[in-house]
Amino acid sequence: MKNSIIIIIFFALGITAGRFSLIPEFLLENDLSSYALYLLIFLVGIAVGSDVQSWKILKQEKFLILLVPLTTIAGTLLGVGIVSFFLPEIDLRESLAVGAGFGYYSLSSIIITQIVSPALGVIALLSNITREIITLLFTPIMAKYLGKLAPVTSGGATSMDTTLPIITRYCGKQYAIISVFHGTILTILVPVIVTFILKV
Amino acid sequence: MIVVLLFLTAGIISGYFLKDHTNIIKISDKLLSWSIYLLLFLLGISVGSNQEIISNFDKIGFQAIILSIAGVIGSIVIAFFVYKFFFLPKNEK
Repeated sequence: MKNSIIIIIFFALGITAGRFSLIPEFLLENDLSSYALYLLIFLVGIAVGSDVQSWKILKQEKFLILLVPLTTIAGTLLGVGIVSFFLPEIDLRESLAVGAGFGYYSLSSIIITQIVSPALGVIALLSNITREIITLLFTPIMAKYLGKLAPVTSGGATSMDTTLPIITRYCGKQYAIISVFHGTILTILVPVIVTFILKV
Repeated sequence: MIVVLLFLTAGIISGYFLKDHTNIIKISDKLLSWSIYLLLFLLGISVGSNQEIISNFDKIGFQAIILSIAGVIGSIVIAFFVYKFFFLPKNEK
């Protein structure tokens, strides 16, 4: 939650700077955000690659554990796909791309901004931040009435970091391992699926 | 966007070989946070200087929330059945 607040502050500072033209022109002319994105992706790779623990679980639980990220992917895309027909200004492809952020707001919003538009990038940012907030707020209720996988899938990619503590608290330790694995797989897949949806 | 996947793969491979150098991993975690802040700041700039977004912010916020609720509901509904049919029987044994 603390990280989300810091991120929102930086985003707000950026809006203010852009609104009142506080940034020198030469910085805007060079496409800084592409380079920053490549750096970010590389660092995400290092974080995932260096955490061997989450790779080991794959061998132990085998097929059952693979069902969890598949559930999240299928459920999310189904949900946003259906609702896109009720949002006249967003088409199916854009809606699926926003959903495919799976809560990973920083990365998905940046990729969507680059490929589609800053407007859809902002929708992706807000939508995926909301997903994290919903998970933090409703994990106790979900775990009680819908079973212990519900909070994990609701958390999406954040189930490996920001929503992990609350998931562990309400679903138990064995689901913490599933949660980390699930978040790791989705974190890797977010750039792949978002790009795939928008480019194919 | 193939470049993105190349950087991701390169990162995973480097991370795997650097996993025992905890100080390097710590620095890269710090860098990760800061590069996220930098990117969100840059995204903020492009939003703030875009008149179209600023004047439609309420509409954009509404669409964003609808999409996140739809994504969560879709996920937890399927998760409910997957849990019931695959995870519960196994734990009861």
